[in-house]
This record gives sequence, C-alpha cells and structure tokens, in this order.
Amino acid sequence: MILTLHDYWSDRGCLVLQPYDMEMGAGTFHPATTLRALGPTPWNAAFVQPCRRPTDGRYGENPNRLQHYYQYQVVLKPSPADIQDIYLGSLAAIGIDFGTHDIRFVEDDWESPTLGAWGLGWEVWCDGMEVTQFTYFQQMGGFDCLPVAGELTYGLERLAMYIQNKDNVYDLAYNDAGVTYGDVFLENEREMSKWNFEVANTEALFDLFRKAAAECERCLKEKLPIPAYEQAIKASHVFNLLQARGVISVAERQAYIGRVRDLAKGSCQAWMEKNGWAA
Amino acid sequence: MTDFLLELRSEEIPARMQAKARADLARLFAAELAHAGIAAGDLVTYATPRRLVLIARDLPVETAAVSEETKGPRTSAPPQALEGFLRKTGLRQDQLEDREGVWFAVVEKPGRKTADVLAEAIPAIVRAFPWPKSMRWGAASASTESLRWVRPLQGIVALFGETQVPFEIAGIASGATTLGHRFHHPGSITIRSAADYAEKLRDAHVIVDHDERARVIRDGATKLAADAGLELIEDEGLVAENAGLTEWPVPLLGRFDAAYLGVPPEVIQLTARVNQKYFVCRGKDGTLANAFVCTANIDAADGGAKIVDGNRKVLAARLSDAKFFYETDLKVPLDEQAGKLGQIVFHDKLGTVADKVERVAKLARWLVEEGVVKGADPALAERAARLAKADLVTGMVGEFPELQGLMGGYYAAAQGEDAAVAEAIRDHYKPVGQGDDVPTAPVTVAVSLADKLDTLVGFFAIEAFPTGSKDPFALRRAALAVIRLIIAKKLRFNIADGISEFYIRGWVMAALLDYAGKNKDLGLQAEDRNFHIENKNGKRVLYYGDTIVDVSLWPAGSSYDDRINLEGEFSSGLLLDFFADRLKVQQREAGVRHDLIDAVFALGGEDDLVRLLARVHALQAFVGTEDGANLLAGYKRAANILKKEAWEPAGALAKAREHGEFALSYTPEKEEAALIATLDSAAPAAASAVEREDFEAAMAALASLRAPIDAFFDKVTVNDADPDKRDARLALLARVRDAVHGVADFSRIEG
Repeated sequence: MILTLHDYWSDRGCLVLQPYDMEMGAGTFHPATTLRALGPTPWNAAFVQPCRRPTDGRYGENPNRLQHYYQYQVVLKPSPADIQDIYLGSLAAIGIDFGTHDIRFVEDDWESPTLGAWGLGWEVWCDGMEVTQFTYFQQMGGFDCLPVAGELTYGLERLAMYIQNKDNVYDLAYNDAGVTYGDVFLENEREMSKWNFEVANTEALFDLFRKAAAECERCLKEKLPIPAYEQAIKASHVFNLLQARGVISVAERQAYIGRVRDLAKGSCQAWMEKNGWAA
Repeated sequence: MTDFLLELRSEEIPARMQAKARADLARLFAAELAHAGIAAGDLVTYATPRRLVLIARDLPVETAAVSEETKGPRTSAPPQALEGFLRKTGLRQDQLEDREGVWFAVVEKPGRKTADVLAEAIPAIVRAFPWPKSMRWGAASASTESLRWVRPLQGIVALFGETQVPFEIAGIASGATTLGHRFHHPGSITIRSAADYAEKLRDAHVIVDHDERARVIRDGATKLAADAGLELIEDEGLVAENAGLTEWPVPLLGRFDAAYLGVPPEVIQLTARVNQKYFVCRGKDGTLANAFVCTANIDAADGGAKIVDGNRKVLAARLSDAKFFYETDLKVPLDEQAGKLGQIVFHDKLGTVADKVERVAKLARWLVEEGVVKGADPALAERAARLAKADLVTGMVGEFPELQGLMGGYYAAAQGEDAAVAEAIRDHYKPVGQGDDVPTAPVTVAVSLADKLDTLVGFFAIEAFPTGSKDPFALRRAALAVIRLIIAKKLRFNIADGISEFYIRGWVMAALLDYAGKNKDLGLQAEDRNFHIENKNGKRVLYYGDTIVDVSLWPAGSSYDDRINLEGEFSSGLLLDFFADRLKVQQREAGVRHDLIDAVFALGGEDDLVRLLARVHALQAFVGTEDGANLLAGYKRAANILKKEAWEPAGALAKAREHGEFALSYTPEKEEAALIATLDSAAPAAASAVEREDFEAAMAALASLRAPIDAFFDKVTVNDADPDKRDARLALLARVRDAVHGVADFSRIEG
C-alpha cells in the first residue's frame, strides 16, 4: 500500500521523502511540511511519518486507537486546482471501489495551537471512517501561507483495515506469511500505554521540557532555525507525555501550549528570515 | 420577463453553513438588483454540499430609464458653491436647470440590459460573501488579495433565459456547464436554462433541493426502522446535517453488537450522533435498540452492504472507546475522583474546583437546614454537592464534556448512593437554558441553587462582572437559573441573607481552614463550632467563643485575605441589582410591563422573589382596571403638586402625621373630609393586606381612594391663601402618596 502511494504521488511530481527521526504527534510536524509550507517556493512531497499520541493509548484494547501509528503525508504547494480528483485517484489506486464505498468530505477545520497554524478542509470519510485529513493551510507559525499548500494525511492502519476488511487493527496481515500487525505492535501498545499513563518519570519530563525550550531559544539566538525547530518538536512531545500522565492542570495547560507555540513560531520566524521571506 | 439561474459550484461546503449561505445569497442578490432599480421578486435558493444555487424568476429584460435630480446651490450663491456642485455632478453650468433661483442637475439614466447588471452584480456578491470562515487556495494565493471562498470555488453557471451571462471571478469564467454527482456521474453536463436545471441534475444523481433531500432522509430512515420493528428516534438536526452532506442521500440501517447496550443510552446516542451523524432507534419496549441508520451519498452497487458494514465497524470502535471509559470510570469511586478536583483550577482568584465543591456543599446543607429548601435531608444535600463535580475528571466526561452531570448520576447510582443524591448529581446543572426543565427534587434544588449562587457570589466578589455582550462565566444564565428555581419551587428566600450567610460559612470557613493550616499551633479547626456570626451594630461579626476574631491578624498573603472584610460587609448590592435586572428581563419576556417591575423594585429592601412577583402580578392586574388607571392619575397629580411645592411636612404637622392625628384648625370642606375618612380606613387596610402578602386586597383598599381623590381635586383648592389649610392639604396629599407607596412606587408607572 505504501509502495502504491509512493508510486502514485511520485508520478504526480512529488519527492518521496523518509520519516523524520523524531517523536511527533503528526506528520504535519515534519519539517518537510511545517517549514516548507512557508514562503513562495513550490514544494511537492510525500512520506510516511510514525506518530505518537500518548493520550490515545488504549493498552491494546481498542480496535483502532493507538498511541503509535503511521501516517502517510502528502504536501502540495501551491494546492493544485484538481487536488480533490488527484486525491480520489490515490484512493482508487490502493483499491477503494467508489461503486460500493461511500466517500465523503466532512467539514473539519484544522488548528494546531502548538504550531500557531490553522487551515480549512475536511476529514475524508470512507463508509463513516475517517481515512484522510485534508487541509488547505492558511497559516503556519503565525505566518500567512503564500501560496496555500494542500496537505493530505492518510491514516495507514485505517486504510489497511478497509482494504483487508478487518475489524481490528491488530488482525491486519503484516505480510503474506501470517505475521499480523498485532504480532509486531500489540505488546508495544500495552507497554507504551502503561508507561505513558502510569510510569513515565514526570520530574524528568518537566526537566526535559525546560531543557528543550532553553535549547530552542539558544538555537534561535544562533540563527539556526532547523535545530531550533527540532527542539520545539521535542518540547511538544514531552508536553504530550506530561498530559498523558495527567500532571498538567487545565490552567497550566494553556501556558504550556503557549510556550510550545512560541518556540515553533520563533523557529518559523527564523526560517522566514533566513530565506529572506520575512516581511 | 426572464428567469435567471446562478450556480456557484465549489468543493464541499460545510453542512452547517448551507442554510445561512442560501439566505445571504438571496439577500445580497436582491440588494444588488434593487441598487440597479430592479425588483428581484420571486427568489428560490438551493444548497448541496457542492453548490449554492439561486433562481430569480420573471426579471425584466431591461431596467427602466430613470431621471435623477440633484438639488444644488442657489443661483445667488458664491461661485465656489456652484463649482463644487459641478465637480460633484460632473456637469457643465449650461446643463443645469435654474428653478426659481436654485440650480438643479437632472441626469437621465437610460435603461440597462438586465444581463449587464447581472454580470456586474454577481462578481460583487461573490467577493463580498459573508462566509463564517473563508480561505484562499491554489497558485493565486501567493497574494493575500486572492479571492476568499468557503472552499475552493470551481465553476459558475449563469444563465439569463437561455443566454449565458459572461463574467469572470478569480480566473473562473461563467458558463452553462456544471458537474453532476461526484461518483455517479463523472462527466460534465450542460444546462439550458433555469427551467431544466433541477431535472438535468436529477438525471446526474443530484437532488438540488435540500428540503427534498431532508424528506428522503427523514422518510427513509423512519421506514427502515419501522421495517425492522423499531422506532426511529427523531432528530431534525441530524436530518438537516445529513441533507447538507449528501447530493443523493440513501439511508441504510445497520446493527451494532448488543453487548454495547450496557453503556448508558445517552452515551450511545451522543457518540452515534456527534461523531458519526447516525440516527438511533428504540425497541418496542422503549429502550435503545442496537440499531443505527446512516446516510450514504451513493446508490451502492451491492445495495449498501459494504457501506453498512464499514459504518458498523466505525461505530463499534467508538462504542468500544465509550465502553472503555465507562468501565474504567466505574472502577474509581466518585469520592476518589472528587479528590482530583483540587488539581483543576476553577478560577485563578476563586481557587480550585475542590474549593468550590467545599463551599457548595456547605451552602447546600445550609439551604436545607435553614428551611429555604424544604423536604430534603441536609446530609444528602451535602453528599450530593460533594460528588456533583467528580465526573469532571472521569474519562467519559473528558471525551464528551456535554455528558457532565449525567455520567456522575450514573456512577453515583452504580456505587450505591441514595437515589436522591444520584438524581441531584445528574440534574444539578439544570436549568441550563430558557426551555430547560427546572428541577423539583429537593436535594437537586439545594445543590443546583448552591452551585449557581457560589458562582455568582464568587465572580461578583472578584469583580468579574458581565459587561455588554461579554459574559464569559455565564453569570446571566446562572442568575436566571436561580430565579427560575426560586419561582418554580416558591422558595421563600432572602437572597441578601443567603449571600452573606454563604459568604461567611463558605469563604470564612475556607479562610479559617487556610489560617488553621498555616498556624497549627493555634489548634484552630475550620469546622470548629465555637466560631459563629453575630450581628453587631448592624454589621456581621465573626466570633470565636466570646472573642471577636480580628481579621487583621490573619496572615498576610492568605489567598482569601483580600476578599474578607468582616467588619465591613460583603457588597451584595451589585449582585442584588444584577438579580433585579435578570428578573426584569425574565418577567419582560414573560409579558410583564417593565415599569410595573420597576415600581415594585423601587420600594427597595425586597429580595424575596416570590413576594416580589406576587406584588408585581397584583399590580399588573390592578392598573389594567379603570379604578387602577384613575387612581394612578390621581396619585400622579398629588405627587406632582408635592414635588412642585417642594413640600415637606413642617415640624408640628410631621409629628401629627406620624401619629396619624390630623387635628385641623378649620372645618374641612366636604370632599376633603371624605378623603380623610377614606384614607383613615384605606391606608391601614392596605398596610395590613401587604403585611399578609395579600396584594389583591391591598390594591382593592387603594381603589377605594379613587373617587374621593377625584372629588377632592375637583372641588378643593390645595394652594389656599390660608397657610394652615395649605399645609394640611399638602399633608393629606403626602398621606395619599405614602399609602400608595406602601404597595408600589406608582411614580414609576407609565401612563
């Protein structure tokens, strides 16, 4: 399936990139999305990104919620006029039959308070299941996107469940030799859920958050937007872990989100300046 | 006369925005045409997820010629004025008309082709369209000036009769071709005119009329449920939403695993509706059935089997999640959950939710113990209040905040709490809105009232008042809820006392707890019964045993320090005014004249809402009668004279008046004597009726004054040359005024 998508998007002018080697909550955090969505230079890329969402962990008990899963992400800048048709073509390419499946574009505006970013778009439903997040970025890091990029984020596990007609993600066939998704990831989900919710050392995490934030600011002083942005990604993930541990109160939560947003915005600002795009 | 068809085709328009978009399109279109002198007449609008359509019937082919006249300066005015007028009109002096010494510019505007008007009007409408949220897209979006639309605009059909109306918006040229259903009809279709639009689209699997789609969904879903021996739980909001998500709606019924029915039905219904936009069904016995109805956008080749199966899986995952939350939550006693509320800040200056719960628990108990809320067990009221907010930290409420209260009720019942406690937890947020039911169970009323009073007093104490349209803490709603609770249960409750009692019991105790915590050596206990409140010189003072607690000794920086001013008093005045305003609004909406409410409020000192409303209602009935209207006129005349004479009773008279003795130094005239006699019986009768809270009787007593007053004013001169007579008669009028004021301040009544 991934290879089909690679072929499909490569044929349509996308660079096929690799996952970013850091923990992040969504493919949108990949610098190939965030930073490249800024500025006037056209950019078309497709890649797989593993995502970690600690609070989505269900100890391996839920048929499709995972704290670690894979997104397939496509970024097209500027957004092509026929982007919906091209996207539907990709669904057909991976085997979804529009004669028997109900595809719908349901309003879902996207906003990332930690990235200072927002866009309008839809969640794409296939028979009621969200299989893709489809967004026209309007702002990133507090800057207007000039021009606007279209972002397609496929939930790979969910799509695979469709194509293989499985009710439970852990029953997915990983290969043709009987290895399932559960064989590969079930124990991982159990242990990571336990760690995310119950075990992770919160003091160490608070410390990590502070250090990442400080390092980000140091990088910004050195006019190094990419390392600064990496530290912002790190701070964001640590914040997510602290959330899962339930040690951040509602009041503090806003302050932490604001802190991460400032780091991300600062990185975007530095990137804009370095490229000579800042107004 | 010719019909005009406009179709604005775009990528999927959010369902919730379609109805307003139709109305806006019609409004803007009519305005643009009116501007050009065309009456838009009969407008029909349609919306689907992919198109916004307007059909204007019977437009003229051309606009009528109009003659526009503009009045200019006088011909005798200085030349600058004439020059300015010529600049403004763009005319030469010889084109102006001189009419009786005034210049007039007369411009003949020839009629225009309606098609030309439309070609200008439509782009203007599109550019100014008020979408709640709009976006830029594509290569053009390199500029911030590019067109904004709700989602990318893709095509425009504009036909006047059978003729295309040519224009271009952001690179999209208008024409006659459009697209049919995204999957059923991939090719383009050409429209001839407004007349064949709907049918051409129907052939391409698009029902353009949203009402027709709603009907298909409503009737189809109802029938599917009936065919399965079930009853659809109607939901017009869902019908409209699904109509806004489909161009060719096909309702389909599916089943989910009956094992999920162990989850509360409200949860199942909510997750099905909010997350998946499915209808749910009831069985013959009235309980929720394990069936759902989803609405597809295609006639599937397999009859919808795969679609139903896919939707079933999604719902199963959702329900599995709900079940996970429900079962996880059930394992944790509510008392333990309530313990976590100390980590949630209620408001920076008002402490945590746990602090709030502590205050509410005490107030709820007090309301019962004081007999404000009758028929409740004080221990149960306190218990319910202590658990009422515990569900805020449960997984289920974290996922579905709108289930707050409801889930707490379930969890309380499951852990064996008294039924009254579970019910109070479930319903203590009520009444939420104007139409919401007002709880009547005594324990629930106590908790609900305490919760809202705490919120109101708290935010007023930190001066976070609602202003204008801003009411971030929903204080108006809370006040209205308090009013509705009091009225519905006829609670005899003096709000000011309630507030100060609350203030003392709640915050002072909390402050003491704080104080005791920091001064362990003092051995103070917040619940120490040695603490009590007494009135001293009209002020409320805190005692410990026989000693007045000196607030100034409390530790500096104590979080409650700055809000506690025992020697002064809690400024409940603003809050009472706020209640009065809310009550006025509420009564006005219930059809009571605002001046009558003012007349009663102006008496002051009344914060028993039940008594206040009884008075208002009696007054409303009274001023509607002829006696009432005439008495009001007589009263006003008396009050005006007193005001004009700036008369205040002189020493001797004042004393006499106090004692009700009016020894006159002269023989009163007949009408004067009659008024005195009537007043002597009416005034005490009215006063005693007010005392008994029999306001109808009080009004009736006042009504007896009407004829004597009229006669008095007819025959007797108040401003007599004899100062004794004048004073006595003014004093008499003052007595009339005061007697009336004992019932209501008639000076506030209009008419």
